[in-house]
Amino acid sequence: MESLGNIIMYFVIALAIIVFSVLTVTTRKILRSATYLLFTLFATAALYFQLDYAFLGAVQIAVYAGGIVVLFVFSILLTQKPGEDAAPLSSHRKWLGIITAVAGVAVCGCAVFSYAQFCGQLMPDMAAPSIENIGKFLLSTDKLGYLLPFEAVSVLLLACIIGGVVIARRR
Amino acid sequence: MNLTLLMYLIPSLIMFGCGVYGFLTRKNMIAIMISLELMLNSIDINFVVFNRYLFPGQMEGMFFTLFAIAIAAAETALALAIIINVFRIAKDVDINKINKLKF
Repeated sequence: MESLGNIIMYFVIALAIIVFSVLTVTTRKILRSATYLLFTLFATAALYFQLDYAFLGAVQIAVYAGGIVVLFVFSILLTQKPGEDAAPLSSHRKWLGIITAVAGVAVCGCAVFSYAQFCGQLMPDMAAPSIENIGKFLLSTDKLGYLLPFEAVSVLLLACIIGGVVIARRR
Repeated sequence: MNLTLLMYLIPSLIMFGCGVYGFLTRKNMIAIMISLELMLNSIDINFVVFNRYLFPGQMEGMFFTLFAIAIAAAETALALAIIINVFRIAKDVDINKINKLKF
């Protein structure tokens, strides 16, 4: 049995995620779309905090909300007149999108609900992973270590920095 | 009332559906990237939730999400660089008007 505060918190977060994701893809102004994306990412970070993954929530806020959304806002302001509406959708395109999305959600929803027994399990107790443990696993080379992916990601980020500079620079 | 695994999967499923809808209907390249971020984010939620419910105490799902966030950031930065460069050449980011490489 969860505490009442936890359940209320869950419903607030779930409602925020659903409402803001729908608004992100339905609003006509692109800058608003980026702002709603920011709120969705914040709600996701709150979900991570609620699930006891505090480090992951912090990373989500720092990287997604602090980095990616700022990048989006910059590139929107560089390529678009602010406050301009997107052209209205043609009806067949809109219906194609709605039908595909609803069909996908329905298939996945059927799959999830057909495992109702499995999906009905309760949240087990867990000690929140400590930063010490996370750092140890991230930099160790034994069976559960993540040193190789860690270094691979650092090389990938370096390649991405160089690629970004080369692609976007003014010739 | 208890918080079950299902209750965390539903918001993530709806978020993914929104991402699919936006990806198919938007014409602005940046808006398409935003929809892509929504889809990536919903997958991250799934990894974390399954890790929390099925293997509490282990950290595989958490690390997978960590690396997925890093790679998503790299991918977005590169894609936006390409979009800005395309805008500089074609003066537009509408996918229907950028057709110089078609055919």
